[in-house]
Amino acid sequence: MPMWLFSILNHNRFILAFVSIGLIVMCLAIPGKVVSVADSKAEVDFGEGVLREVNVSLVDVMKGDYVLVHAGFAIQVMDEKEAMETISLWNQVLDAEDAAKKNMVYK
Amino acid sequence: MRKTLLRKIWFISEKSMAEKLRFRDPELTKRVAEKIHDLAPEKTVKICHVCGTHEWTITHFGLRSLLPENVEVIAGPGCPVCIVPASEIDEAVQAAMKDVVITCFGDVLRVPGSKMSLLDAKAAGADVRIVYSVSDAVKMAEKEKGKEFAFFAVGFETTAPSTASEILAKPPKNLSFLVSHRVIPPAMKVLVEMKDLSLNGFIAPGHVSTIIGLKPYEVFPKKYDMPVVVAGFEPLDVMFAVYIILKQLNDSEPRLENEYVRAVHREGNIRAQEMMHRVFDVEDGSWRGIGLINSSKSVLRKEYSAYDAHLKCGINVEQGVDSQPGCKCHLIIIGKIKPVDCPLFMKACTPEKPVGACMVGTEGTCRIWAKSTFMQKGK
Repeated sequence: MPMWLFSILNHNRFILAFVSIGLIVMCLAIPGKVVSVADSKAEVDFGEGVLREVNVSLVDVMKGDYVLVHAGFAIQVMDEKEAMETISLWNQVLDAEDAAKKNMVYK
Repeated sequence: MRKTLLRKIWFISEKSMAEKLRFRDPELTKRVAEKIHDLAPEKTVKICHVCGTHEWTITHFGLRSLLPENVEVIAGPGCPVCIVPASEIDEAVQAAMKDVVITCFGDVLRVPGSKMSLLDAKAAGADVRIVYSVSDAVKMAEKEKGKEFAFFAVGFETTAPSTASEILAKPPKNLSFLVSHRVIPPAMKVLVEMKDLSLNGFIAPGHVSTIIGLKPYEVFPKKYDMPVVVAGFEPLDVMFAVYIILKQLNDSEPRLENEYVRAVHREGNIRAQEMMHRVFDVEDGSWRGIGLINSSKSVLRKEYSAYDAHLKCGINVEQGVDSQPGCKCHLIIIGKIKPVDCPLFMKACTPEKPVGACMVGTEGTCRIWAKSTFMQKGK
């Protein structure tokens, strides 16, 4: 594998490698996309072709949802729309702050 | 063939990386940092987080270097492995020595007990196995019916529902549970009430909150005038949480806010909460380095006592020795001192040969600081 590709993949690979041997657990949760659901089990794609069986008895999921996975269990469904909006909201907050500051100076 | 596969991998990773990078945008981070500098009051502000993953984000991305000197972000008891008292490790060791197969998360293996850790027990011939999930323990027990298994259930509210779910699903009879789950809001209350810590705000743990929701934190702004922001784990999440807390302090309007809206809902994960209530009772529990905290430990309800490893394997440990001579874990765990202020840090106590629990867990403050050479210099 070329070095540049390796370095890009490296970070996620590192985490996934740890997850697969069970070293990182605890509060770390990783988002993944649900590929298929059967009863309380679902197959979740963590990117880069890493599929893992995940227990989804704690949430309601459909194929295509993004879930947060912690210790083999999906703990919450991620809101893709909220994720997209968060950053534009942050920018708006900062813009508003800037505008308020400018007004203060003019006054 | 190989080329298309590579291209496919590259495309997926590029897509996921791009998403991730939006939450790691250096320009936006710089803007937030500027705003934080504008807002910073003259007196020292202490903001406490209670999650090891937050500490990792802060240390790994060097966020402390972006903050003004008088805005301190300190690490509270956010490592579920580090706060398991030695007596409970001793219980697991005792069970392992009685020919029970102990299944546990990888982090727990090296946490020191009074005399030995689970790894020492394994070296002495006990059967101790690492699992990624409680479901793996169930699968093992199903496969080897002739052996007695116990799952050492450690973790906060993020992990407790998974244990509850497996217990409700009626695991095989040869599997029992050593439950050491802890509840985080009571510990936050203890930190607030420690007058000498004088905290000014909390960054609440995002993944615990996906389960418990926002309600348990309402008491902090109401009773203690303490801003609480539930935050995610990307650098911008943490920076924004600091910004919101400073803004609230500036306006003297402490509130509870949710910054991690993409994963945390106000009511939390109700199904997971119900499962936890059905299986666990809450009672007073001891935390390593902190002591007894009221209603902070999950124990199995009477209906499920058949799965209690204490009764099933006849385990009894009265008292454990939590800390070794010289170890300052009890001060680090409440954020009173930094790891670099501990005389053992990176001298007698290293990730390869940990003395205290904070150096063991991947979310332990000392371990995170040790892995970052930048932090070893104490900056």
